[in-house]
This record gives sequence, structure tokens and C-alpha cells, in this order.
Amino acid sequence: MSIEVNGKSLEVDEEGYLADLNQWEPEVATIMAREDGTELTDAHWEVINFLREYYEEYQIAPAVRVLTKAIGKKLGKDKGNSKYLYELFPYGPAKQACKYAGLPKPTGCV
Amino acid sequence: MAEPWEDDELEGPVRKFMYVNRRAPYGTIYALESLEVVLIAAAFEQDVTLVFMDDGVYQIKKDQNTDAIGVKNFSPTYRALEGYDVEKLYVEKESLASRGLTTDDLIVPVQLVDKDQLAQLMEEQEVILSF
Repeated sequence: MSIEVNGKSLEVDEEGYLADLNQWEPEVATIMAREDGTELTDAHWEVINFLREYYEEYQIAPAVRVLTKAIGKKLGKDKGNSKYLYELFPYGPAKQACKYAGLPKPTGCV
Repeated sequence: MAEPWEDDELEGPVRKFMYVNRRAPYGTIYALESLEVVLIAAAFEQDVTLVFMDDGVYQIKKDQNTDAIGVKNFSPTYRALEGYDVEKLYVEKESLASRGLTTDDLIVPVQLVDKDQLAQLMEEQEVILSF
């Protein structure tokens, strides 16, 4: 499977996660979101960029509980809760946001 | 039915799991597999303890560089454990000393224990997994 981004064909796995995270660019997130019927807002980008920084630092995609707590610490309590993150990413904040961010599926994600 | 965001308090028993890491980080898959199951147990809010002994102490050695062996350096992930509330990390004293290392050489804060203290810790666990 693959997706078309800026005229390039990028390989994705059967669940739509990017095969090579080095191929990520912001348009990847925009196009994946559009396929899910979502237009990304600044609030979405805040989480996507946070996840990319988290991965850069720790080399893993965080579990949802860990993501929620870390977002709260970095962006404030009003954003560090499941309700806020599920409203942005209704398919599950860790899974869906990680996919847009080009990261692998979070470890321990069921 | 509960909304998805109301569902993140996991129910079920919390057990005391100890993961004993005894092998070098690369060359076999044990260290990485252990770390993966530790993260899964932590995601399920279990009571997790990690032990590093024998060559396992190299898993948390600073400044690892895997370029020449063509595998991913996963040592930064040990620093994520704190965010998963995994804070009980023990290193067996003699294993560290006999390899010419001190806690300053390690990427995460740990408690040093001797073999007797380790035996005591093991006594307190419900499940012990050796990697």
C-alpha cells in the first residue's frame, strides 16, 4: 500500500502507518487526515509536533496515558486530558495522531 | 455506554512484575523484547520493577552508538520509562563494578543493590521474567 504526497509515492503498512518515518513531511499528515475526513487545525498540529519531538527524544510512540500526561505538562492542563485529545483525534489520540505524525503504532496499543 | 475518553481507567488486578535483564543490548533480541513488554505492562498500569545485572547493565550505558552494526539504538527509550511511571530500576552492584562502570555511566537514575537485597526484592514479586 502507498499514499501519494507531492507527486511521490510513500509506502504505508496495512493500517496506514508510514513505512519509513524519514519520508515524513507535513503534507503527509494533511493528506492522511483528509482521507479520514478531517482538516487539520493548529490544535491538531500542536499534538502532531509534540509526538514528533517525543519520538525524536525517546525513539518510541507513547501510549495514550503517557501522551495525555505529557501533553498536560507541556501544553497545559486544559489540553492534557482524554476528552480534549479524543475530540481532536476521534479514532484514538495515540493511534491516529501517531499515524499523521509518521510514527509507528504505539507499543502496548490495543 | 462510556465515551472513549472515560474508558482510560483500566480495571483488573495490578500485579508486581519484575523484569530481570542479564544480556548485552545488541546481538540478541532479548533486551529490546524485554523493554517492549515492560512498556506494555506499564501501559496496563502494572507494578513494574526492572533489574539490570551481568551484561544487562550495558543496556543502560550512556553514549551507545549502533551505526556500525546497522540496528536501531533504542537506549533513549529507557529515559521514557519515568513518563510511564516505571521508576523502580535496580542495578546489581558487582555487575556494574566488575565492568568498570559507575552510576555516572548510566542514562537513567538507578538504585544499586547487592545480591542479598536483590534476593529480597525478588521475594516480594508476583511474577519474575528473566531476559
